Amino acid sequence: MADLTTSFCGIKSPNPFWLASAPPTDKQYNVERAYREGWGGVVWKTLGEGPEIVNVSGPRYDGIHAADRRLIAFTNIELITDRPLDVNLCEIAAVKKNWPDRALVVSLMVPCEEASWRAILPLVEATGADGIELNFGCPHGMSERGMGSAVGQVPDYIEMVVRWCKQYTRMPVITKLTPNITDIRYPARAALKGGSDAVSLVNTVSSIMSVDLDLFAPTPTVDGKGSHGGMCGPAIKPIALNMVAEIARDPATRGLPISGIGGITTWRDAAEFIALGAGNVQVCTAAMTYGFRIVKEMIDGLSDWMDTKGYTSIDDFRGRAVPNVTDWQYLNLDYVAKARIDQDLCIKCGRCHIACEDTSHQAITAMVDGRRHFEVIDAECVGCNLCVNVCPVENCITMQPLTSGTDPRTGRPVGGYRNWTMHPNNPMAKTAAERESR
Amino acid sequence: MTMAGEAEGAGGIRADIACGRLPLDAYLDNFSDIHPALGRHEAKIESDRCYFCYDAPCVKACPTAIDIPLFIRKISTGNVDGAAATIFAANILGGMCARVCPTETLCEEACVRNTAEDKPVTIGLLQRHATDAYMAAHATFGQRKAPTGRRVAVVGAGPAGLACAHALALEGHDVTIFEARPKPGGLNEYGIAAYKAVGGFAQHEVDFVTAIGGITIETGKALGRDLSLAGLAADFDAVFLGMGLSGVNALGLAGEAGEGVVDAVDWIAVLRQAEDRASVPVGRRVVVVGGGMTAIDAAVQAKKLGAEEVTIVYRRGEEAMNASPYERDLARKAGVLIRTFLRPVSLGFVDGHVDHVVVERTRLDVAGRPLGTGETLTLPADQVMKAIGQTIGDKAPFAGGVALEAGRVRVDAAFRTSMPKVWAGGDCTGVGEDLTVVAVAQGKAAAASIHAALAG
Ligand SMILES: Cc1cc2nc3c(=O)[nH]c(=O)nc-3n(C[C@H](O)[C@H](O)[C@H](O)COP(=O)(O)OP(=O)(O)OC[C@H]3O[C@@H](n4cnc5c(N)ncnc54)[C@H](O)[C@@H]3O)c2cc1C
Ligand SMILES: Cc1cc2nc3c(=O)[nH]c(=O)nc-3n(C[C@H](O)[C@H](O)[C@H](O)COP(=O)(O)O)c2cc1C
Ligand code: SF4
Repeated sequence: MADLTTSFCGIKSPNPFWLASAPPTDKQYNVERAYREGWGGVVWKTLGEGPEIVNVSGPRYDGIHAADRRLIAFTNIELITDRPLDVNLCEIAAVKKNWPDRALVVSLMVPCEEASWRAILPLVEATGADGIELNFGCPHGMSERGMGSAVGQVPDYIEMVVRWCKQYTRMPVITKLTPNITDIRYPARAALKGGSDAVSLVNTVSSIMSVDLDLFAPTPTVDGKGSHGGMCGPAIKPIALNMVAEIARDPATRGLPISGIGGITTWRDAAEFIALGAGNVQVCTAAMTYGFRIVKEMIDGLSDWMDTKGYTSIDDFRGRAVPNVTDWQYLNLDYVAKARIDQDLCIKCGRCHIACEDTSHQAITAMVDGRRHFEVIDAECVGCNLCVNVCPVENCITMQPLTSGTDPRTGRPVGGYRNWTMHPNNPMAKTAAERESR
Repeated sequence: MTMAGEAEGAGGIRADIACGRLPLDAYLDNFSDIHPALGRHEAKIESDRCYFCYDAPCVKACPTAIDIPLFIRKISTGNVDGAAATIFAANILGGMCARVCPTETLCEEACVRNTAEDKPVTIGLLQRHATDAYMAAHATFGQRKAPTGRRVAVVGAGPAGLACAHALALEGHDVTIFEARPKPGGLNEYGIAAYKAVGGFAQHEVDFVTAIGGITIETGKALGRDLSLAGLAADFDAVFLGMGLSGVNALGLAGEAGEGVVDAVDWIAVLRQAEDRASVPVGRRVVVVGGGMTAIDAAVQAKKLGAEEVTIVYRRGEEAMNASPYERDLARKAGVLIRTFLRPVSLGFVDGHVDHVVVERTRLDVAGRPLGTGETLTLPADQVMKAIGQTIGDKAPFAGGVALEAGRVRVDAAFRTSMPKVWAGGDCTGVGEDLTVVAVAQGKAAAASIHAALAG
């Protein structure tokens, strides 16, 4: 059995699966149910300063569904906790006492003033919580009041608030970043500069889920009007993975602990975040979709995969994919792959053919010798991977690299190495001496 | 090869019971897997159909309460071994149950997809997918706790006994199973229809269960003949009875022991043990009396051996049959004729060999009991199979110790019998349906109770 325990900027947890700060972590009742099902840690729903937050009483969530009503993306226009601060603090203290082996981090969002932070930090510290997470991510409502993503979008503010926190508490500080920004490295660098012990990302993505064509209003619609919300769930995972990778490979933030968040639904998603350098992961939508029990599959699947691969601890594979994330200009333009269709697996649906024929390179047959037969024409195939993605049968179409000879499409020999920086078509191509390393 | 009587009877033709009625490859075809295993792709697509229901109705419908949505989700994420682990943790005979459970009246009947589109998630096939993959790659399931030095005797190596033994072995107790027959497995080995458990699966599964260690099986040892209850209770810390049902109900007609009249269960056992199906004799015209799973299995297998006409006669209406609509359908597809509201009133013999059955039409009285109407008809038959229910059989093994009630072993909610240190589960008890999965559930529940008693 692989060892799943983690120590994330000093916070110990029996497994890398934490619940992200959100409704699942808003109360003692929920959090203890989550621990009972096996969650390694939680980030408590964001606390603020009084008077209490008021949420809309109309619909505050909405979703995008696949054909089978599988939730692909979820959105919300909810604010931070709407329960009194002292109730939350009491419950946090009680939970920590009942569950000493689990991680309990408290998410915070107060106005961008030193006094506000100075006031709330000792109260949180007194609960015995393991750390704090600064919510600089929430893209709706709170941002209009100068908090949440309004802070997360200004690196100087991030640095300033983190510095106050480091000054007024001994607890580890995790800075939660918003993806609603052009280059995620700037806020991460600012957090590190302020002294943050870690970053967590991503919070939700600003979005309008759909438009109600009877009301002509965005959804979710509150009394005829809608406001942009924060999108999460499986659809945002690629955005989150990229941002995690950007921070992991940025020399300026190298080694900064990262808590990966965004669309994590299965053990596989979690393993991918960890491979890109995350020290643990946080989950919200999957738990809100299926309930806390979902973590059992995550724990078991991750452990089983690690056993098969011979990894005995999370650190054994953490960050292993980071060195393979590079810039486009360093990709090998002499690498040639062709699609291959496994005729034994092919169900002859023809989707690969029509996709390639209509929209790409006319490289897949439909008829051969009067028979319905789908086969790749190497002289046309550019190796784009479209057919692989439209085929309903897993592993029926695969991309196979050519290892010798010439590419029947270009007539060029395969197996060499030329990236864009050295390509003859690039007017800026550097000579061998000027060339950057791969 | 005809081994039939020579004289001509009411059927107008000589009684005809024969082996090898079919060309050889027809046997292979007829006795191949009734539900071929799902491939990886099929399993993936099917697993995607599960909604991961909250408090899932399918789990409630499973006597062993397997966490079905969890194992299906594990299949969908590529964690097939983990799926099997979820199954085996609840039901160590999950492989056999995946093959023989009447899922249409259990988990799959409860699946919410029935409401959505009349097509449940094929839970049984998915369970088989996971357990087959696991059993192909692993010798056993589970890790024994440190030995406790406690010894438990289990009587009967059927599903109840095996499940009880595995659960006790897991806890570190040592188990000796005493089995009267030459092979372990109980009805999994001797009773289940041949096309449900092909390829020696029953024995493979026994090996898988016992490979956990701490379990010894002694075959050819019968309670009541070679062993006594008092002796076992003295020699062991606890005793579990999982003896199933060894007797069958009689028709109560003259000549019942005559040639050509067989107990369906015995006849199926011969078929199951035959190396070569072509060597099993079957009548040209077969009449099966009964309305349960055994009647269906006997009739279908008779047909698959090449019987020309197979008729099931049942004394009530079809909806009262114990065999589910799915099973009745299976029989009809195999070419079996199901005739209802008929009961046998006499057997006709020619030269000592059965020749026909006289049946009387019935109707139900106000209390729902079948009454004879006096109108009779004659069904020609070369072979008559009795499948009107099993009984506990010889009561000698229980004498002086374990109380019976309504012909079965009386147990309390924790599967304790009336005798101290003795538990029972499976078909031999008066509780629950007579199904493999129920026997497993009871064997496991009894083991928990035994373990608690040994620890306490
Ligand atoms: C023809 C037939 C078909 C069936 N088909 C299905 C099906 O498709 N699906 C399903 O779920 N259920 C089916 N059943 C029911 C199912 O097989 C039983 O419910 C199940 O096997 C009961 O398990 P058990 O362990 O209680 O008893 P058994 O399986 O009967 O095992 C009892 C064991 O105890 C041994 N034994 C008996 N007496 C003694 C003794 N004195 N000393 C030592 N050992 C002894 C027996 O030899 C036997 O091995 C079928 C039953 C029959 C008869
Ligand atoms: C209804 C809802 C409320 C949320 N509230 C908070 C919050 O109070 N504080 C916070 O830091 N993030 C909040 N989030 C964002 C989540 O913590 C998380 O970053 C985001 O949902 C992405 O993860 P996921 O794809 O697993 O859902 C909220 C998300 C949802 C769906
Ligand atoms: S009832 Fe059907 S859909 Fe629901 S959990 Fe069970 S198998 Fe899945």
